Amino acid sequence: MLHAYAQAFALVFDPYVLTVILCSALFGLFVGCIPGLTATMATALLVPITFFMPPVPAVAAIVTATAMAIFSGDIPGALLRIPGTPASAAYTDEAYAMTKKGQAEIALGAGLVFSAIGGLFGTAVMITSAPALAEIALKFSDYEYFWMVVLGLAGAVFIGNSSILKASMSLLLGLLVACVGLDNPAGFPRFTFGNAELTGGISLIPMMVGMFAVSEILRFVVHMDPPLKLATEKIGNVFKGMWGLLVKYKWPLVRGSALGTVIGIQPGSGADMASWMSYAMSKKFSKEPEKFGTGHVEGIVESGAANNSSLAGAWIPALVFGIPGDSITAIAIGVLYLKGMNPGPTLFVNNPQNIYAIFLVFILANLIMLPLGWLTIKAAKNVLRLPRNILMPTILLFCIVGSFAINNTVFGVLLTLVFGVLAFVLEENGFPVAPAILGVVLGQMMEENFIKSMIKSDGDVTAFVTRPIAMWLAIATFVILFWPVATWLWRRVFRVAA
Amino acid sequence: MKFNDALLGIVFLALSVAVLVTVQSFPKIPGQSIGPGAFPGLIAALLAGCSIALIWRGWRERRTQPLVSMGAWLGSPRHMLNFLVAVGSLAFYVLAADKLGFLICGTVILLSLFFALRVKPQFAVVLAVLLPVVIHLIFYKLLRVPLPWGVLPVLW
Repeated sequence: MLHAYAQAFALVFDPYVLTVILCSALFGLFVGCIPGLTATMATALLVPITFFMPPVPAVAAIVTATAMAIFSGDIPGALLRIPGTPASAAYTDEAYAMTKKGQAEIALGAGLVFSAIGGLFGTAVMITSAPALAEIALKFSDYEYFWMVVLGLAGAVFIGNSSILKASMSLLLGLLVACVGLDNPAGFPRFTFGNAELTGGISLIPMMVGMFAVSEILRFVVHMDPPLKLATEKIGNVFKGMWGLLVKYKWPLVRGSALGTVIGIQPGSGADMASWMSYAMSKKFSKEPEKFGTGHVEGIVESGAANNSSLAGAWIPALVFGIPGDSITAIAIGVLYLKGMNPGPTLFVNNPQNIYAIFLVFILANLIMLPLGWLTIKAAKNVLRLPRNILMPTILLFCIVGSFAINNTVFGVLLTLVFGVLAFVLEENGFPVAPAILGVVLGQMMEENFIKSMIKSDGDVTAFVTRPIAMWLAIATFVILFWPVATWLWRRVFRVAA
Repeated sequence: MKFNDALLGIVFLALSVAVLVTVQSFPKIPGQSIGPGAFPGLIAALLAGCSIALIWRGWRERRTQPLVSMGAWLGSPRHMLNFLVAVGSLAFYVLAADKLGFLICGTVILLSLFFALRVKPQFAVVLAVLLPVVIHLIFYKLLRVPLPWGVLPVLW
């Protein structure tokens, strides 16, 4: 165990890995700060580059960039009233109101300091719970894995703010996309239309670059809003008064971090959901709820911590079960598979040093967030002045190169185009994209466990629920699946009776 | 561009029916009652169910939800053009990259997007020439991605 920790230290504190962490931190801070570029997009753009790295720096790059992007999304929120990433949207009005009152440094300082603390809280939960969960996961057979995947997918559909029907359809579409190609238990080419490129299946990376980067660019070019205007240029010392806030709001901080971690663990809901829910909770439990919305820092403390803690939370199911907790870890799991570091409990047994290295990267990323975030706030007015009409075309060119680089064929670029336009149209019509990505990532695993279980039980469906853990997972799944139906029926019956 | 839910439902229904028809011809795993068609078949059946629910919902709301509502940007020629240029750039790359090479395609794509998005012409031209070279150097030299040279000779 100690030996593995020493190995993990050696893996992380290597000049190459540290350089990767520093560069991806700056990249993440930059992307988060620019409205219209999200943390998920940062990941999608990083993946083609991490493709050429060993596993630990590849994961380090994603972890660091996303943590930074989620914090730095607060900056344009406070200065422009436009959230840099959707995860900052919940308290953008609050932060902007503080800026209007001349308290920009408190809003930004709280965003920075409590993001880092929230991130460390989530990391602590991950470090303590993931290895223990892995012990349990070792006992899982195909039946349990099947239910875990179904449970994860059900969560992705039902915990969200979009229409459940549309989220389900998006998910099913993703599962169908995962069926394309030879990679199925029978090794039979499905839905390939005789195309040789499709026999290998639809590559995840070009698809993600399309769905998360190209669709964002399309949204930008048809955007009709007026140009951005800075609310203030004067930002004082952002660390001043933070200790006082920490003492005053220690319980909201713990509550936000805990809620954020739990939401992160829950598959399909990530930082944005964490921040909305904890902002609402903060207002509900606050002693002075009437101050919310007028430039009151309490909500920023709580939900700023929540969105960063959810990032670490999302990695728990990703590492232990191979089930992503949000769309960022969905991409990361794709990277882990490409690197031969298949997530799952055996990773904890066979290569614990890799897991510990990921833990270390999380701690490191949240610590360097303080100085680097401070620098970004200092430079913010210049970053925000960068012309986006130059930036977006350049990103499009990166998307092209990135999607080409995976298999070195223009077919990747074609996939990016198709999925970019598809995601754009789906989102315009209220279909969330995240469930589709989860479907693609989990489709193969779900099918494999389904077919294996069916073959083992000789087609007997009851075998899915006779093992005790499988039975409980099945019950949990059905509760989630039928909860909305049950409440709807209940209301209906109740109304008829009354 | 928003479509009525019923319209989208019909598209999804057509997709699921197509999948269901296709999987009928898939073989079974020898000696097993289950084959490669089982899983996509199950998913397509679920999708078909959801599609019918969506069609029903769209039909119910047909008075308030038009068949297709254009969205503000489709009414503005400039934004419409932006969209077409962005999508066209990717399509252009897919079709022309192997013949013309990355550098030329990259320059053409950046130039057209910069002009569409109203970047100052002098900036647009300089950046459109320089940026592809920088990206090419990073990916071709550092990461060894064999980006096509096309009509240009191999320069580095």
